[in-house]
Amino acid sequence: MSTATAMGPPWEAEVLSRDDETQSLCTLHLRLTDADARAAYRFLPGQFNMLYVPAVGGVPISIASDPEQPQRLAHTISAVGRVTRVLARLSTGDRIGLRGPYGRGWPLDQAEGQDLVVVTGGLGCAPVVAAIDYALARRADFGQLVILQGVKHAADMFWRARYDAWAELPNTVVRLAADQPDHHWQDHVGLVTDLLDEIPLRPDASIALICGPEPMMLAAAKRLVALGISDDRIWLSLERGFQCGVGHCGHCQLGPYFVCRDGPVFPWSEISWLLGQKGF
Amino acid sequence: MTATHFLPRQHLQTLLDQLDALGYRCIGPQVRDGTIVFDRLSDATALPVGIGAHQTPGRYRLEHQDHPRCFAWANGPQALKPLLFAPQERLWRTERDDAGRLSFTSEPQPMQRQAIIGVRACDLAALALQDAHFAGPRADPGYSRRRRDLLLVGVECGQPANTCFCASTGDGPAISTGADLALTELDTGFLVRAASEVGSALCDALPLRAPSDEERAQGAAEIEQARLRQCRSLPGRNLRESLFANLDHPRWDEVATRCLACGNCVAVCPTCFCSTEREQPSIDGSSSTHLRLWDSCFSAEHSYVHGRLLRPDTRTRYRQWLTHKLGGWHDQYGRSGCVGCGRCIAWCPVGIDLTAETNAICADASESAQEAP
Amino acid sequence: MTSPPSPPFEPANTLGRRPRLAVHKLSSCDGCQLALLNAGESLLTLAERFDIVHFAEAGIIDVDAEADIALVEGSVSTAEEAKRIQAIRARSRWLMPIGACATAGGPQALRNLADAEAWIASLYPEPQHIDARPTADAVAAHVHVELELPGCPVSTTQVLAALASLLAGATPFAEQDKVCLDCKRRGQVCVLVTQDAPCLGPVTVTGCDALCTSLGRACYGCYGPAENPEVATLAQRFAELGLDAEAVTRRFLFQQSGAEPFQQRVRAWHPKLQAGSATASADRGRDLASADRGSSMLSSMTSGMTSADRNLSMTSKEDDDD
Repeated sequence: MSTATAMGPPWEAEVLSRDDETQSLCTLHLRLTDADARAAYRFLPGQFNMLYVPAVGGVPISIASDPEQPQRLAHTISAVGRVTRVLARLSTGDRIGLRGPYGRGWPLDQAEGQDLVVVTGGLGCAPVVAAIDYALARRADFGQLVILQGVKHAADMFWRARYDAWAELPNTVVRLAADQPDHHWQDHVGLVTDLLDEIPLRPDASIALICGPEPMMLAAAKRLVALGISDDRIWLSLERGFQCGVGHCGHCQLGPYFVCRDGPVFPWSEISWLLGQKGF
Repeated sequence: MTATHFLPRQHLQTLLDQLDALGYRCIGPQVRDGTIVFDRLSDATALPVGIGAHQTPGRYRLEHQDHPRCFAWANGPQALKPLLFAPQERLWRTERDDAGRLSFTSEPQPMQRQAIIGVRACDLAALALQDAHFAGPRADPGYSRRRRDLLLVGVECGQPANTCFCASTGDGPAISTGADLALTELDTGFLVRAASEVGSALCDALPLRAPSDEERAQGAAEIEQARLRQCRSLPGRNLRESLFANLDHPRWDEVATRCLACGNCVAVCPTCFCSTEREQPSIDGSSSTHLRLWDSCFSAEHSYVHGRLLRPDTRTRYRQWLTHKLGGWHDQYGRSGCVGCGRCIAWCPVGIDLTAETNAICADASESAQEAP
Repeated sequence: MTSPPSPPFEPANTLGRRPRLAVHKLSSCDGCQLALLNAGESLLTLAERFDIVHFAEAGIIDVDAEADIALVEGSVSTAEEAKRIQAIRARSRWLMPIGACATAGGPQALRNLADAEAWIASLYPEPQHIDARPTADAVAAHVHVELELPGCPVSTTQVLAALASLLAGATPFAEQDKVCLDCKRRGQVCVLVTQDAPCLGPVTVTGCDALCTSLGRACYGCYGPAENPEVATLAQRFAELGLDAEAVTRRFLFQQSGAEPFQQRVRAWHPKLQAGSATASADRGRDLASADRGSSMLSSMTSGMTSADRNLSMTSKEDDDD
């Protein structure tokens, strides 16, 4: 692999296109400009890249696209900080830096032959999209696919067309939730974790993939445990202030883990004792 | 067992000259700014001859003593860490052309190989930990470059400070591994052991003689005395379980009323490795430099995650530091991150004592402590 | 934590013209303008990238000019300035106070702790000609500001970096690290630990390149409080080092006396010193009349550092070791 995976300089990446998802969310489709780097680049669902804006800085963003198409990398950006706000204003043809991929992805080998239960909140759907794409590309290798997504306000729901399309697929359950609905909202009103009680669940044959705000992930993991899923079948993707991506800078230190390197995806069995502890 | 030689004091300069002849840039301890710092050294008389260092929590004073020794002090605020894990380092530079295309360059500084004189056992233990962190898989290029060809002349510690507790962590005061040459200082000269091929070759070029039985015995006795004189200790070598079982201990609140959250403990700790990245944009917009700086888990940015701070207050920051240093390290590197050098105690502006805090928080562990052999 | 404010223009500069930069001055010594003038070659580049519409020290004067970015030095100390800062705000898209005066009132904010009217009456034979508000305020006490760059003077490097960030379409990086961290990154030795110097580094935000400690001197906090400043803890330490309560308080009363975390120390020392512009009141004079010690301290406030200067040489054996 190139030095871009360690602490060397990034590769140059070009914005191929952008999708405006909501008022504060957009997806950038990126392509490495160096042909060799592009040909060599592979990622696993759940991994992330460090996107770097010269003169501004870098930020970790999960890869939200099909792992079979690593030449075209999607990153969904929520414009919150200094760097993401600049990223969110880029347009086709703009160039940035990209390092990666980093981290441990979703346990898709373990999930083979199992039902997949995807529970996400807000922007947490982005890091799981690659896993859904992966499973859909090998549909026969997986059992039932349950996709639950919750948002705070109905207006925050994006990728509606994608959810609608998934809902049409056989052996697939898609349920959406909004805590604060608008008058168009026809799906569940309340928390995404409410939906866990309403889906057909085979505890011994399911792998849960959870991503979202930590309180939501905690609630979902605990509910799934209560529903009989063992804690090594429940996987969560954590977010920390990754800077280096290789466990050197220490910003993602969580108890015994460097989240960027040992995660960002963890089984509940490894982190249940620490997650939710204020200050970690 | 490697052979022990004796280097008469008047030939100490020969060691520096030999290293110079072999192409090494010598770095050694010397008096500056009221303490002992490591800096370029070519003349043995620049060493801290007849200097002692009095250290207590939050206080450091040098003192003149009536002896010819130049390593009769425990340590200064830094030793190896800044020489390898650079406090500020340029990672890459970005140029943007008129069409908006980017090019990235990282030009490593040409590096002369270095020999460090006067390294302590605690510093060698810390170096092994920094190696595990920075020079493992996905090695850091800058650290690895500086680490390569590094020659280490260790000097065993005969004068532990009031703040030292390396005997408790098992890292000193005697030097067991990590140095190319290990010295034990006596009034008349140095007991010398070669601990690597490079060290052996260096020995061959020095005017060494065999030590007398008295010299050997005196060296061993002084180091044993140094071990026994240490007055601080941790309640055990693996406090992971105890620390994580006591995350709500009232002592965290209490220490937060004394802690400045200034990060001096982190800066002087020889194993702390956190860094932050910064951008230096040029005003003409054509280029930008990407830097890496030492960081501290006491800083706000350290716990910044997407618009919020995980650790907004001193209590959670101090707890993060201690639980990682003495807890998380066991999972990450197979041992505690503390080597007992006591710097965090001496250089804490308010004199917070890591051993006292740990003994208070891990009181349950001290009863069942299993000291490793 | 809240999101940082949006920069005034897009990364690619969609203005269709050079952004306009104004440098305004309120009550100040002009040192922050000079810090910018001292930027050397970068100043020429700055003049190429910006349309500098007002910068009195550089001889460009149009105080009423509209600006995309306005830097303001100085505190709001007169009725005229209180009016002018409103006008500046109205004409500026991105307002950035620079320096200790503009961000915390500066040394002139010491009068906020006293009876300014009585001071003026005692100094000037015809005080009715003096236009001075009872308090010298930070710009942010009067108008909304996008970002503050503290320091006495402001750091040229920080100003240029902030402007470069804005040109790149990004919110400037806001330094939060304490002087201690910067000091150690530069290989400097702690003066508090080696000299008992009452150093404010542990509570002060850096930006100064740890200048004072690089010269073996104690930081006196000219960049103002860092985030999470443990002022009470540091004050307690100074007391342990032998400073009396007044001397401890004086350490927090230089250019940044107007900064709230430092004012807390003043109030802790003397509850009757109700620091801050918001507390200016009619009975302030009466309160202070009874605060004899406070008044005498304030009247001699310019006398400089007290116990900061210590012998830099090694001490002889003075304590029991081990």
